[in-house]
Amino acid sequence: MRVVVDLARCQGYAQCAFLAPDAFRMQGEEALAFHSSPDDAQRDQVLRAAAACPVQAILVETAEPS
Amino acid sequence: MSSEQSLKAFRRDGRIVIVGASLAGLRAAEALRDEGFTGALTLIGDEACEPYDRPPLSKQVLTGWVPADGTALPRRREIGAEWLLGVAASGLDLAGKRVRLADGREIPYDRLLITTGVRARSWPDEAEAALDGVFVVRTRDDSGRLRERLDAGPGRVLVIGAGFAGSEIASVCRERGIPVTVAEVAEAPLVGALGSMIGSIAADLQRAHGVDLRCGVRVTRLEGDGRVRRAHFSDGDAIDAEVVVVALGGVRNTEWLRDSGLAADRWGVACDSGCRAFDINGLVTDDVFVAGDVARCPHPVYEYRFLSLEHWANAVEQAQVAAHNMVSPPTDRWPHLSMPTFWSMQFGVNIKSVGVPVMADEIAVTQGSVEERRFVAAYGYRGRVIAAVSFDNAKWLDHYRQLIETAAPFPPSCPTPDRPADMKPVPADFPDPVVITHGATVLVTGHEPSERRVAFVRPGPLKPQEKRS
Ligand SMILES: Cc1cc2nc3c(=O)[nH]c(=O)nc-3n(C[C@H](O)[C@H](O)[C@H](O)COP(=O)(O)OP(=O)(O)OC[C@H]3O[C@@H](n4cnc5c(N)ncnc54)[C@H](O)[C@@H]3O)c2cc1C
Ligand code: SF4
Repeated sequence: MRVVVDLARCQGYAQCAFLAPDAFRMQGEEALAFHSSPDDAQRDQVLRAAAACPVQAILVETAEPS
Repeated sequence: MSSEQSLKAFRRDGRIVIVGASLAGLRAAEALRDEGFTGALTLIGDEACEPYDRPPLSKQVLTGWVPADGTALPRRREIGAEWLLGVAASGLDLAGKRVRLADGREIPYDRLLITTGVRARSWPDEAEAALDGVFVVRTRDDSGRLRERLDAGPGRVLVIGAGFAGSEIASVCRERGIPVTVAEVAEAPLVGALGSMIGSIAADLQRAHGVDLRCGVRVTRLEGDGRVRRAHFSDGDAIDAEVVVVALGGVRNTEWLRDSGLAADRWGVACDSGCRAFDINGLVTDDVFVAGDVARCPHPVYEYRFLSLEHWANAVEQAQVAAHNMVSPPTDRWPHLSMPTFWSMQFGVNIKSVGVPVMADEIAVTQGSVEERRFVAAYGYRGRVIAAVSFDNAKWLDHYRQLIETAAPFPPSCPTPDRPADMKPVPADFPDPVVITHGATVLVTGHEPSERRVAFVRPGPLKPQEKRS
């Protein structure tokens, strides 16, 4: 699984860190650190986090591109 | 064929070549398909791997959380492209519409997009740069190797250059409990990008986190016996360091265009706001486009000055505009007008900026508290707002973007109850004016308007630390 967050757009609301804590972590008050290649076991959590992001800053690709 | 018919034919089965297979190149390729381009798409990249994300290389990869080879960019869609990876473009034949590759192949195109970005500026002394333990951080291999060294727990790391990348790397070292010295030729970290006032706040931040920060000094020599051991400073001091990270900014990858006839030099490839490249005479070309870190593009909000931005979001947005214009009629061209936006994470603080701070003549804290390191400062230029920076207050930047776009007067009023005690503007004080001070770049020849042309003056190499990151 591949993840990238558009951190120019991210507002540090932390919904993602709450929903998928193994892939998204807050560093300090509002800096978001994300895992670029989280384990497939976290798929559902990561997709839920991406859907919940209020500014749609999270891009996820689940299947390997052909 | 009418121009409308030929555009249709080109969109159906034309050939687009993209040189530089990273963030801007990939996002442009995806946007071309979104726009309905069904012809042949070729991506040429000198790195052997598929496009990956660079910002984690000075952050999550060095902390040890994300593997260096684990930052491949997610795809937005299928692009059905031919990938020529692990081979560099070595030349461009503008008249013959061909890209020359280092292995001798020639790749023909109808339209070309240049997204060759920048590379790390290396330590100017070659023998010292080759010492084991001396690093730069631009590629995933760079970051992977540095991370291994950090894993080994070095006695001290020296970071040369306190721009964003250098500061982030120092931050990771402190987070990992590794002693770190940062050497910066300017009076404080980040001053080149954000000015003196923010620089002094950044200096306090570094020192509060235990960084041995040395400003106003040059590293004059790296000493070692195959491995780097010691570094000498211009103030006569010296320290032992097992790892040295050279973070002196980037060099634009334009050498391959040197004799192409494009306006490509050490500041990038100049283009119009529709991403069409200029030729060396300043005439706009029709079939060559530029996007990302390598582009130099005029921005109307900033007096049409040419901006060279090394920002992730700019690469994405400019790629989108370039792709649209590559496959659209002249009457439907988009200008690249988005406001520059940058972020950096260091010492637990989220630093974000909007606009172009380096153009400012004044700065004022407009929200929050500097002592608590949670504030917004606005930058002014001739009485209007032209940029803003936030420390842990990013939610407000969109408000400042609107102020910039509406040419709001500087200093702006505080939009929240947390009005700072002191909102008085002070001089922005950038050590490096945006004005180019390196002398002439071109010479003009000929007398009649029909025969006047320009040729590049070849610049000499930069001296150590002449450029900051
Ligand atoms: C360590 C690091 C941290 C960063 N952190 C941030 C951050 O926090 N926030 C932010 O906004 N931005 C950050 N950036 C900047 C961001 O990564 C860049 O703006 C972005 O990568 C630009 O993308 P690009 O595609 O234009 O150029 P690049 O990513 O530089 O890609 C250019 C590609 O072209 C290839 N190439 C070059 N010459 C040739 C040739 N002749 N033939 C073929 N291929 C060639 C290069 O090898 C490279 O793969 C960071 C960059 C680095 C290195
Ligand atoms: S949910 Fe979205 S805005 Fe909030 S921290 Fe995550 S990425 Fe940023």
